[in-house]
Formats: sequence, structure tokens, C-alpha cells
Amino acid sequence: MEGLNYIGAGLIVIGAAVGIGRIGGSAMDAIARQPEASGKIQTAMLIAAALIEGIGFAALFAA
Amino acid sequence: MFLVSFVSMAQHHGNEHAQHAAKETEESGSSLKKDIKDFIGHHLLDSHDFGLFSYEDDHGKEIHFGAPLPVILFDSESGLNVFSSSKFHHGEEVAENNGSYFKLYHGKIYKTDAAGTISYDEHHHATNEKPLDFSITKNVAFIFLVGLFMFLVFTKMAKNYKTSALPKGFGRLLEPLILYVRDEIAIPNIGHKQYRKYMSYLLTVFFFVWIVNLLGLTPVGINVTNNIAVTLSLSLITYLLTTFTANKNYWKHIFWMPGVPTPMKFLLAPIELLGTIIKPFSLMIRLYANITAGHIVLMSIIGMMFIFKNWIGSPLSFGLAFALSLLELLVAALQAYIFTMLSALYFGSAVEEHDDH
Repeated sequence: MEGLNYIGAGLIVIGAAVGIGRIGGSAMDAIARQPEASGKIQTAMLIAAALIEGIGFAALFAA
Repeated sequence: MFLVSFVSMAQHHGNEHAQHAAKETEESGSSLKKDIKDFIGHHLLDSHDFGLFSYEDDHGKEIHFGAPLPVILFDSESGLNVFSSSKFHHGEEVAENNGSYFKLYHGKIYKTDAAGTISYDEHHHATNEKPLDFSITKNVAFIFLVGLFMFLVFTKMAKNYKTSALPKGFGRLLEPLILYVRDEIAIPNIGHKQYRKYMSYLLTVFFFVWIVNLLGLTPVGINVTNNIAVTLSLSLITYLLTTFTANKNYWKHIFWMPGVPTPMKFLLAPIELLGTIIKPFSLMIRLYANITAGHIVLMSIIGMMFIFKNWIGSPLSFGLAFALSLLELLVAALQAYIFTMLSALYFGSAVEEHDDH
């Protein structure tokens, strides 16, 4: 099956994008509720986003 | 101020590649696309000379601007060969040194006869013998330069603290960054007791990755961090530091984690052990892929100006390239931050005491 790996990579990238989007959205909610904790929330958000992004890139390279 | 100067540099970057691609505009569309593709591919690779730009003069002769770099080869027959990469004439001629002949072909050095014959197998791969290549390539040269620059700047800054508590000059910019790495990255992740011994590595890796990423956005056209060997070495240092400074608590959590039923321990131990390798591997891939993807997208959009060649498409892609350059400035700092942050996180897990959490 030619090209199936590209479809798989695309699906993973969509998943990663949804995941990072949800992290960003949740971080916004959290900052809105507790603006004083924004520094900690941002750090945690960046780490989680970086970890998910790693999966996305791994998929791109596997394809 | 700094941001503005960097932005103008990033824009200059765009303009210069624009000039290079401009010479190909007279040719047909498909060959233009191929040229742009080749140029991007060439840009992403390491090379044996430091080329700023090249063009064809009126007589159709290729003119290259740049500087040659030393080539260091080790070959089983002729031993050590050291010569300047200008001998290759950008791959057009055979370089002769101590009676052996070498030819540059698609960025790799092959051993040839005096005529420079390169033989191919059925997949059109060169089958010539390859000598061991320890050359100071473009990337290596810039790693040395950035290292020297960092050494000079930071030793000067450190000396300054002996006489006064306030930093002078450029140090005023760096001090908040260093304090940020210490107070926001190292201490929260590693802990008050242990963070000191990791600070030197964390600061070095933060500033090295950041400076090198920013250099990748300048018109000199070097990109050290999109060479996977560089990011591999950086993440390998993180891995070795984590492994060799880990306390017994870390290993206990990998091989025999407390609070888990015994059958599960046999299942989890190999996964955790694999995890120790996956962590630095993901560090390597993340930095490499982010920078490579950024460069490819940026250069493709710059290349699109010459494909559109009209009053709507070209300004549009110019604007897009401008916005992306700004984004790449953010990415350059963000990737340095994330690399440092995750390294600190892994160090923290390695030295965590049982009562810490």
C-alpha cells in the first residue's frame, strides 16, 4: 500500500495539533482563573506542548 | 533594539536568497522549481567550504563568494591528508595531496584516480572508497567560533564580578538571562541542594543553542542545529550526565518501582529502561526537526516569490516570510529554553531524593 504511511503521519500530526491546542486552551482557562500562577502554568504548558510536538515530529520522520 | 536588529538580519537573509534565485527566473517554470528545491536542499546540508553566495557572470562562469575550510582526511593507504578545500574548486576539480586523489561529489569526499572517475552501482550511488572525514566543515567551524565567542564573553563577565556586583556592558543583557536559567529552570526542577553542579552545563547548552539558532537566521546561511549530529551530541551529554550522576533512588524507580504489584514490575522495568533512552532521543529529534522544518518552510515561502512573479503572490509571500522570520526568532529562543528545561527535568529526576516528593 503506497502512501499509507503519509496518511498515518497526517493523522498523528492532526492528533498532535489537537493535543497542543487543548493544552493551550486549558492553560488560557487556568491563567484566567488564577492570573497569579501564570508563570508556573506557562512552564507546564510549554513542557507538555514540547513533549507532544516530539511525537508529531517522530511521525513526520517515520513517514 | 536587539529584536529590531535581528529582524532586519532575518529579512536580509530573505533578500540574499532572493538575489540568488533571481538569476534563474529567465529559465522555465519547472527548472526554476527544481533549482529552488536544490538550493533549499543544499542549504540544509553541511559543506566543506563557507560559501556566502554564488552567481554566473556574463561568460557563464560560476563565481563563488566565500572562504575555503581545511579538509582533514584519514585514509588507510595514504594516512593523514590535510589540505584546503579550495583544491576541490567546488567539486569541479580533483584534489591531489601526497599522491592520492580526492573528489568532492554531492557534498561527500571520495577517493579517485587522477582523472577523478567516480563509478556507480545500479542505484546511481557512488561506489568509490570513502576516506574517514575529520574535516573542519562549515558547521564545525561555526561551533568553534560560537564556543570561542561564548568563552570570551562569559569569562570577561565573570572577571567583572570580582571587582563589582554590577555587570558592565553586554553583561547587563546576559545577567537576567543567567538568573532566569538558575531561578526558573534549574532550581524548580533540580532542587536547592543539587542544582549547582548542573548549572554550568545548563547555561552552556542554553546559550549555545540560542546563539546557534539565531545565527541560523542570519544571511550567512549557516545552520548548525539542523545537523542531527550536533543535536545528537548535545542530547548525548544530557543522557550521560543523567546516567552517571543518578542516585540509587532513580535506578530503583526504573527497575523496581515501589508501590507497584510485583508482576507489573517485570512489565514496567523494560519500558522504563527504554524510556531513559527515548528521553534524550526526543530531545535530539525535537531540536533538529524544529529548526529544519522552520528553515524549509521559510525558504520555500521565499522561493514562492519567484514562482508567482506577479503583484499579488510575491508581496503576499514576502509578508508571510516576514511573519515567519519573526516566528522563527521566537522558536530559536523557545527551543533553547525547552532543551535546557527538559535537561534540567531529567537531571532533577536523576538526583531526586525519596523525601523530595
